[in-house]
Amino acid sequence: MNDVTSQAADATASSVLNSRVPEGPIEDLWDNYQASMKLVAPANRRKHTVIVVGTGLAGGSAAATLGEMGYNVLNFCISDSPRRAHSIAAQGGINAAKNYRNDGDSIYRLFYDTVKGGDFRSREANVYRLAQLSNNIIDQCVSQGVPFAREYGGTLANRSFGGVQVERTFYARGQTGQQLLLGAYSALMRQVDAGTVTMHAHHEMLDLVVVDGQARGIVARDLNTGEIRTFAADAVVLCTGGYSPVFFLSTNAVNCNATASWRCYKRGAHFANPCYTQIHPTCIPQAGDYQSKLTLMSESLRNDGRVWVPRNADETRPPAQIPEEDRLYYLEETYPGFGNLVPRDIASRAAKQVCDRGLGVGTSGFAVYLDFEEAIQRLGRDTVAGRYGNLFDMYHEITAEDPYSSPMRIYPAPHYTMGGLWVDYDLMSTVPGLFVAGEANFSDHGANRLGASALMQGLADGYFVVPATVSNYIADTKPAAVTTAAPEFAAAESGIRDDVKKLLSIKGKRTVRELWWELGRIMWDNVGMARNASGLEAAISEIQGLREEFWKDVNVPGTPDEWNKMLETAARVADFMELGEVMARDALERRESCGGHFRDESQSAEGEAQRNDADFQHVSAWEYKGPDSAPTMHKEPLHFDHVKPGTRSYK
Amino acid sequence: MASNAITVKLLIWRQSGPTAAGQLVPFTLENVLPEMSFLEMLDLLNEKLVREGTDPVAIDSDCREGICGTCGLVINGIAHGPNSGAATCEVRMRSFRDGETIVIEPFRAASFPVIKDLVVDRAAFDRIMAAGGYVSINTGSAPEANAIPVQRASAETAMDAASCIGCAACVAACPNASASLFTSAKISQYALLPQGRTEAGRRVVRMVEAMDAEGFGNCSNHGECEAVCPKEISIFNIGRMRREYLKAVL
Repeated sequence: MNDVTSQAADATASSVLNSRVPEGPIEDLWDNYQASMKLVAPANRRKHTVIVVGTGLAGGSAAATLGEMGYNVLNFCISDSPRRAHSIAAQGGINAAKNYRNDGDSIYRLFYDTVKGGDFRSREANVYRLAQLSNNIIDQCVSQGVPFAREYGGTLANRSFGGVQVERTFYARGQTGQQLLLGAYSALMRQVDAGTVTMHAHHEMLDLVVVDGQARGIVARDLNTGEIRTFAADAVVLCTGGYSPVFFLSTNAVNCNATASWRCYKRGAHFANPCYTQIHPTCIPQAGDYQSKLTLMSESLRNDGRVWVPRNADETRPPAQIPEEDRLYYLEETYPGFGNLVPRDIASRAAKQVCDRGLGVGTSGFAVYLDFEEAIQRLGRDTVAGRYGNLFDMYHEITAEDPYSSPMRIYPAPHYTMGGLWVDYDLMSTVPGLFVAGEANFSDHGANRLGASALMQGLADGYFVVPATVSNYIADTKPAAVTTAAPEFAAAESGIRDDVKKLLSIKGKRTVRELWWELGRIMWDNVGMARNASGLEAAISEIQGLREEFWKDVNVPGTPDEWNKMLETAARVADFMELGEVMARDALERRESCGGHFRDESQSAEGEAQRNDADFQHVSAWEYKGPDSAPTMHKEPLHFDHVKPGTRSYK
Repeated sequence: MASNAITVKLLIWRQSGPTAAGQLVPFTLENVLPEMSFLEMLDLLNEKLVREGTDPVAIDSDCREGICGTCGLVINGIAHGPNSGAATCEVRMRSFRDGETIVIEPFRAASFPVIKDLVVDRAAFDRIMAAGGYVSINTGSAPEANAIPVQRASAETAMDAASCIGCAACVAACPNASASLFTSAKISQYALLPQGRTEAGRRVVRMVEAMDAEGFGNCSNHGECEAVCPKEISIFNIGRMRREYLKAVL
């Protein structure tokens, strides 16, 4: 896999990537398509088993809804309870085109903002459907008893998020993800009670079983006992989230991982746009090597907080003593139209640029101020506390500093991955019968996700899209009866047993954490906020070396038949070591800047990202070619019939 | 070694499996920085143990920012440790002195079998939720979101209760190992909202029955649950649960 430059020659606009977007006016696509779908009769649904892997917003909502429809659902999660999936940590809000504020919002405007925010690298038809479904999501969640913030008149409250000029974000304090997830979890537990969903908590999917070219089951390990088992189904729905922990330090939970997605990739599901990663602008800066994660401070803080650095690199005064004329409010100055509410990719890059110029603050110099002094003067301390109190408390607990009296220090950190398994309009991967929803797929956010859109996408996929398209798939393909007695199941299971044995037998000198930390450093330095050809080539070869070292010298303690966190983690890190290389290859191949992917070689005179639509207006989907060969890249060309690609301007 | 680093003496509950006998085992850990989180301190210990060839201590955690409810340790006799309104993952080592002995135990209750060391099985909470912790509304059948106004004060009080992270500190702290705070928080959230009223009676009866069937004790108003709750959920919710129960059965 040392050849890093020959991918373009292999890249083809391949017939394997048929997005299967129906024909017709974009406003009617989803309705017309649903009307044409084949159906499974209510009495027959219980005869069909559907496996849903993951219980976050996408997985929990998909499993619950498929259960309500009457399917026999097997639902898996790596947490000890489905309520703990990482969607729970989403803070700020969820977008919907309700236009309750009468400020000019509409389905079309949400669609437009999302396509533009994604820097014209997403599929228009999928995004339009997402914008349409956004309104149904709010209806559904309110009916479930999700306690959204309300006005005194009893109607739902809204606030603003980055990259848009309307107030369309619904929220439940700074715990919107928690409340939406608990809504999906409650719907899921209702189906567990009804007997339609069988829950397998604390089980990790370790392989996809493909029979006659179709996804027909999974191999999973019980994380409490180590028992490895197979499960058969008529379709598999993967909702296993993103891969930010490839950077080691990210805002994700420590168990978030790419293993389920990666194992599907190795079974034939193409991996799309792996280089599109979101580095979130407002996180508590890194403090030391001991750290296990970085903590996000919600983007909603930028509604009232002002971002600044000292104008002079040699500034030594504490922030409160620096007068206005010596402060550089760089977002407000550079982007007066959107100010502190520019999209995440732009805010993150701007923070990096001022720090690279030596204007950063804090002991490391890699931090900027997020200041609430003006907001407290304008609104009063109580109002600010009402809006952001829990975030201020969290900041105080971690840093022992009081954000009411001195500005927060923030810096960008890996947060979300727009890339993921390639899916068509049905959210089906290149493996028939394998559907992928939520952050695990690549579909809706292009090269940059706008704030409050991840919750929207996870729930649109899970409540509304997947239940319809999985039904259509089952009705249309009439899957033959398959049980775990089929030889493909035993073969996959024995492969996983061998992997476990191998990891435990190396008994080397390097801990899993050390090797993962090193991978993270390579990724952050070379495949982080700014990338260039020489750095990416170096990263590919460094990752290959580190991977070799991992398989020679990793020390995984314990036995296979017990709770063994180190063994769990080792398998995940082994997959990150392969994924990281493909991310670097994808970033190297995409010789343009777009959204969260910034190539030093492709920028305007003002340092803004410069797209190259002539050569790169496509999805890059990588096909696994075996352990000893480089993956092949396929292209899905993108067409923009409604939102004309232009230079994204937030000035 | 950083100049502000401290050394801590740890007494950690070790138990190889659900039926094995357990005991407190001493460890000494140097180079602990005050800004480390409690779980990062235990990461440091486990790295050391792996290098030394000792079985690392089993702990579970996930988000490490106080919202997922996965982590949960009894630290010096207090569920989630010394900081009020904080989960174990939010505790920082600046709360401890150089040379201090720190006793670390799992969340103990008869209804939470120990899986290994500091990890317990809290599946009983999911079973209580399955008995009625929901509004029966199928996907697709919801009315327009603003069709039913909700008083702001009700929505806020419901949100206070809904903040529960299901960590089970309330059970670990209660002398009766009662799950009343957990169960009442969910019952309150729905009882306070018009969307949840329709099923309020059936819900409270079923969830209380499930709670009893799991072997949790009764509430006798000690208030330890409220004191350790990382989300500071009020014991008033238990009162509301009792009123709802009486309304349903009388």
